[in-house]
Amino acid sequence: MKKILHGLAVLGFGLAMAISAQAAEEGETPHYPLKKPAQENWSFAGPFGTYDKGQLQRGFKVYREVCAACHGLSLVSFRTLEDLGYSEAQIQTIASEYEVEDGPDEAGEMFTRPGKPSDHFPSPYANPEQAAASNNGAAPPDLSLIAKARAVERGFPTFVFDIFTQYAEAGPDYIHALLTGYEDPPEGTEVPDGAYYNPYFLNASALAMPPPLADGQVTYDDGAPETLDQYSRDVSAFLMWAAEPHLEERKATGFTVMVFLVLFGGLVYLTKRKIWAEVPH
Amino acid sequence: MSANESTEHTRRDFLYVATGMAGVVGAAGVAWPFIDQMRPDASTLALASVQVDVSAIEPGMSVTVKWRGKPVFIRNRTDQEVEQAREVPLADLKDPAARNENLPADEQATDLARSAGEGKENWIVMVGSCTHLGCVPLGQSGDFGGWFCPCHGSHYDTAGRIRKGPAPENLHIPIFQFVSDTTIQIG
Amino acid sequence: MSAGHSTYSPKTGIGRWFDARLPLPRLVYDSFVAYPVPRNLNYAYTFGGILTLMLAAQILTGVVLAMHYSVSTELAFNSVEKIMRDVNSGWLLRYLHANGASFFFVAVYVHIFRGLYYGSYKAPRELLWILGCIIYLLMMATAFMGYVLPWGQMSFWGATVITGFFTAIPLVGDWIQQLLLGGFAVDNPTLNRFFSLHYLLPFMIAGVVVLHVWALHVTGQTNPTGIEVKSKTDTVPFTPYATVKDGFAMVVFLLVFAYFVFYIPNYLGHPDNYVEANPLKTPAHIVPEWYFLPFYAILRAITFNIGPIDSKLGGVIAMFGAIAVLFVVPWLDTSKVRSAVYRPWYKLFFWLFVLDSIFLGWLGSRPAEGAYVAMAQIATLYYFAFFLILMPLLGLIETPRRTPNSITEAVLAKKKGADATPAGAAAAPETNG
Repeated sequence: MKKILHGLAVLGFGLAMAISAQAAEEGETPHYPLKKPAQENWSFAGPFGTYDKGQLQRGFKVYREVCAACHGLSLVSFRTLEDLGYSEAQIQTIASEYEVEDGPDEAGEMFTRPGKPSDHFPSPYANPEQAAASNNGAAPPDLSLIAKARAVERGFPTFVFDIFTQYAEAGPDYIHALLTGYEDPPEGTEVPDGAYYNPYFLNASALAMPPPLADGQVTYDDGAPETLDQYSRDVSAFLMWAAEPHLEERKATGFTVMVFLVLFGGLVYLTKRKIWAEVPH
Repeated sequence: MSANESTEHTRRDFLYVATGMAGVVGAAGVAWPFIDQMRPDASTLALASVQVDVSAIEPGMSVTVKWRGKPVFIRNRTDQEVEQAREVPLADLKDPAARNENLPADEQATDLARSAGEGKENWIVMVGSCTHLGCVPLGQSGDFGGWFCPCHGSHYDTAGRIRKGPAPENLHIPIFQFVSDTTIQIG
Repeated sequence: MSAGHSTYSPKTGIGRWFDARLPLPRLVYDSFVAYPVPRNLNYAYTFGGILTLMLAAQILTGVVLAMHYSVSTELAFNSVEKIMRDVNSGWLLRYLHANGASFFFVAVYVHIFRGLYYGSYKAPRELLWILGCIIYLLMMATAFMGYVLPWGQMSFWGATVITGFFTAIPLVGDWIQQLLLGGFAVDNPTLNRFFSLHYLLPFMIAGVVVLHVWALHVTGQTNPTGIEVKSKTDTVPFTPYATVKDGFAMVVFLLVFAYFVFYIPNYLGHPDNYVEANPLKTPAHIVPEWYFLPFYAILRAITFNIGPIDSKLGGVIAMFGAIAVLFVVPWLDTSKVRSAVYRPWYKLFFWLFVLDSIFLGWLGSRPAEGAYVAMAQIATLYYFAFFLILMPLLGLIETPRRTPNSITEAVLAKKKGADATPAGAAAAPETNG
């Protein structure tokens, strides 16, 4: 019996090797992205992570001055900008800089008015069709959830380690890598018209968005470096906040819960030991 | 020996009590989010204040607007209505409090305290929800020429004060202000 | 629910009055206090209690989420985001519910594997096992429909693919699919009926759980030795012995659950489900939730026609067959010995089966190309061979080890063994609870 088993194992192993060798020869369809994003340091990573308010404000500035031209943020309301450290008056001012559609009025007409803190960010386009039509058919995605909606696969065994390192920043890592990752295509690579080569792009080797950021494009008033890398970092952090505004509360609550469960578990364990002490089992 | 046994007993009892207490604390902690989620959510609390253009409302006309899911009556009262309300002695009122959120809670229910204030005495802004059980009263009807709630027969006077019927309080006046001469902002 | 003689005797007048009219306290006392359980149950036997806890947790969080969810293709996605952003504690309730589904499956898989290892399905517990399989099926249906509700890309395309299984049925396939969808594609009618059923099925699960526990209390638990209870010394009363042990296991389980909910709440989810459903654009890789991956791998492993059965129907048959085969396990196992503890060969093949299932799960997450297809075919072959060939065959040819005469004897022998070992080695894993 043991021999049979040994034989089976050898056969199975041999077969697997043969198949993978064959697969390698065939030259599989290319898998995107061509390059995996680097793991950056984020203030909101780890069990005690918190958002850096200054960074969020800078990221918001980048979003407002650059991204917002094409990308909506429709699930975020102005009032939540409080999380970034803005006062009520500042939020009112920010909101009023946007034109929001409202109505119908008494005459049954829709009209626009300055935004209020309870409004959501208005989208730059009226509908996805208009967005696509204005951008050569590729509608710029809404950014409200983008930091949770994009992630590069980690592969085995990294995805197992991620449980223990609490890696949950694949979204911002990807955004940062994409924004800083535009480069000239390697020789022999054909890039379609209206597309820009970027090896970090999730679905192909090039994307329809031209490189949106460049050094010195946005003025920072807190002395942070005005570089492409810093812009990308800040806007990624801002988008993480937009996608997961309750992250800090979640992690803080989690700590209390874990501490309670460990203590409670200890007590229940001691009780269990006491109860079972006289019963061999 | 017996002393030993009793300390053993105390220690065991303490362990059981401590475990039980921790369990109760845990259960209470778990219960909270389930109750918490029922409270009005952030978007409801932040619901926009309403601005109403009242330039077209002549004396004797009213407009009803929706604010926080409830009707708000805005009435430009006639001089006669104002006069009528002023003549009522405070002792005749069922509810002597102004119920005006723009004024201190102990304010008396004079006509001035019920109206939009000095210079705007003809304007009255009230939540149009009967203080009895929440029906919407009908305007310019009832025994006192003010509002009348058809559900259970509450009569309000021209200043929205309860005069007769089961309702306990005057119609409530929400937070509002004239942001310009012709625009009222509620909330 | 207890088959034994009731030992409940109310002490107060009110208790006697109540007992004469509605003997509910008696039922609870007999089923969850005095009910005798084998004294040698290990922690693998605590998952029934954990599953009950998870079912209750899912129903509770689900009911409150339904207070805020809007069931319409126009509103569903945004209403979930409203829960995440604006509803008080909404993010917590939703992450509890989403991860709770995963941990429900973690527990049910441990529970099923425990049953397979200790032969819990063998006579006289066939019905108990089959009721368990029905619960598992209902769980899968509930989880699948629940996953559609957030109306993300994976929701939409998962629903499209899974309802597409039915088109493999000859002649009436398309008709059945339209019946399920209420249209020609996944759309508003589909979402509405899935919501309705997703709300209903957990209560049906709870109903079958009552039957499952009833059947359990008629035959009594199995135990790691696989020997039936013979005398009173073999058992301990359910309370406090089993309750406190189950309680401890629950806290440890919740600790792991809480770790996921609070620190990596999206680890088990898919990023594409944070993109609103778009019927015109399929995501690059469609994968189901992790707990369906082994079956997904089996579905895709059938890439060839088998006689008149084309590969599409073949895949669907293999996938449903992988679940259906569980129902007949009590009659596939020919062994006279119940527990794998005394069956060296079965033990080995059992653990290979566990590895095979995990491997299938991993393959299910890979794209269906190249070497993965062949590996999935080999793994699928072993999956079915385990049930259909090894189970019947091993019972006939394997020589089991000597089994103890009673649970008490087994327990005391182990205790003696543990006492005899030197002090330093006393903390052997077998001495666990």
